[in-house]
Amino acid sequence: MSLVQFLVLGAFMFSLGVYGLLIRRNAVMVLLAIELMLNAVNLNLIAFEAALRTAFAGGQIFAIFVITVAAAEVGIGLAIVLLIFRNRRSANVDELDVMRW
Amino acid sequence: MGGWFAEATNWWFLLIAIFIAFAALRVVTATNVVHSALFLVAALAGTAGLFLLLGAQFVAWVLVLVYIGAVIVLFLFGIMITRAPTGPKVEVDNPRKGLAATAAVLTFAVMVYSSVSAFGHMEVTKVGTGTATELIGDQLMGRFVLPFEAVSFVLLAALVGGVTLARKDVPGEDVEEEQ
Repeated sequence: MSLVQFLVLGAFMFSLGVYGLLIRRNAVMVLLAIELMLNAVNLNLIAFEAALRTAFAGGQIFAIFVITVAAAEVGIGLAIVLLIFRNRRSANVDELDVMRW
Repeated sequence: MGGWFAEATNWWFLLIAIFIAFAALRVVTATNVVHSALFLVAALAGTAGLFLLLGAQFVAWVLVLVYIGAVIVLFLFGIMITRAPTGPKVEVDNPRKGLAATAAVLTFAVMVYSSVSAFGHMEVTKVGTGTATELIGDQLMGRFVLPFEAVSFVLLAALVGGVTLARKDVPGEDVEEEQ
């Protein structure tokens, strides 16, 4: 297997994440698009690890770190979305314009 | 290209890649938030399959446990609590789809061009031989022990922060604590 096929698939997933991040109005769906992008990064890390075969499995360990940070990000992100929804009765990112001048 | 299809693992890759591409496309195009979250499950499961193909068993099962088991459940809770639009007639996208698609296509083009020109010659060798979980454990507690502890602190901070952010403020509670 060549390495590029995994990189192209990762790039495709990442681009779809970018697209979803830009078009979604609901904050929960924006977070879902971010998860897609993080997953593409994980795929790249594992593919490079499989190609390089480092002695310390660096790609796999950093994929685990990315998964951990993504879990923390989802927890905090959903808590913030919940708080915004409770205060403003809406979780749509285009209606959150209180900090606009 | 003829040699590419001769390898059996490439057929597995093609199968899983089409599955992932379809699921990822539906994550960002589905009009129902719950469907979007469930298609993310499919995309993640496909990615875990690719991890198994690349010999990263431990990370594959961590992905299944942490993402499919926990994060998606968190998302579904978030969808239910914020009463996100789940009906078919709600407008979930903003109208600037053309600009977003342009940005995504340009991102894809730049990434594909740079990966092909930089790593086009590299091969994934020794497919099917997995990394021993023992090695990952040794490295996490050896070479990577400082980032490991840092990331565990981040997780703890996120846990405390999430509880603090999401709890309802009870009026007069601070006064009682002072007494």
